[in-house]
Amino acid sequence: MDRIESIERAQLRDDIPAFGPGDTVKVHYKVVEAGRERTQVFQGAVIKKQNGGIRETFTVRKISFGVGVERTFPIHSPKIAKIEVLSRGKVRRSKLYYLREKVGKKARIKEKRR
Amino acid sequence: MKALLGKKLGMTQVFGDGDRLIPVTVVEVGPCVVTQVKTEENDGYSAIQIGYGDIEERKVVKPLQGHFAKAKVAPKRYLAEIKTDKPTEYKPGDTITAEIFSAGDKADIVGVSKGKGFQGVMKRHGFRGGPGGHGSHFHRAPGSIGAAAFPSRVMKGRRMAGHMGSDRVTSINLEIVKVDPEQNIILIKGAVPGAKGSLIMIKESSKKKAK
Repeated sequence: MDRIESIERAQLRDDIPAFGPGDTVKVHYKVVEAGRERTQVFQGAVIKKQNGGIRETFTVRKISFGVGVERTFPIHSPKIAKIEVLSRGKVRRSKLYYLREKVGKKARIKEKRR
Repeated sequence: MKALLGKKLGMTQVFGDGDRLIPVTVVEVGPCVVTQVKTEENDGYSAIQIGYGDIEERKVVKPLQGHFAKAKVAPKRYLAEIKTDKPTEYKPGDTITAEIFSAGDKADIVGVSKGKGFQGVMKRHGFRGGPGGHGSHFHRAPGSIGAAAFPSRVMKGRRMAGHMGSDRVTSINLEIVKVDPEQNIILIKGAVPGAKGSLIMIKESSKKKAK
């Protein structure tokens, strides 16, 4: 098994900051448009992290023009240029699906106090 | 024809073009040793015989010990014959490594599928079976297997329950994603027949290259 693990480990990125559900992050994602590469920013709250190793993904939710938008990224994707953690949220569960039914004030996440 | 013997190690995923995760099978290949060269003059056809996997000499039967001694190679666990047009390019004792393949090549993979034991017609042949309930007593049975007084026998080739799996299976035209000659590892896109640790043969694809 360790030989398969070494293949996976070689692809893991170590430049990704630690973050978890409830945190607000800014994902800089490289997209190729008309042959040119540019960086797209997706900012929102992390509502879930799942799987592990090379398969690990996280989902970011934001409200765009009144519509909820969720996007899932593989954490170790080479297309992610940078992840910025803007704030740490105080949440009591690992999957924040309840945010989908909440709007406005109720959809807020309390900030973690240090 | 290019071919190698190897061992299936298992499956994982790698990032391919962009951030597309490609499912791959990790196969340990070779290094294989040429144990015999068959030529047109000598044997009536041209081929090379390759060996893979080390084995203690005392575990090899005497005739095979002599065979290996003639080629001056260490005893090998598995032997296979590969047809080739140019047998003169090889001589006994040569090693063939993963380097004969490169990323992007297409390959055919031969293996022995996982044994499933004695299975019914639904799993073995994909029969539809009957309804689960609503008064039905016909669930997983094969149904009619033929007519009556004529021909008063079951036709040959009738698909029935029986042993499934442990067959020699060839998966054709699979893409080679990556070759690592240092570790003797080849990554093949998709699944490959057989269980982890089972013997596998990687051959150059029999399909013609698409233009």
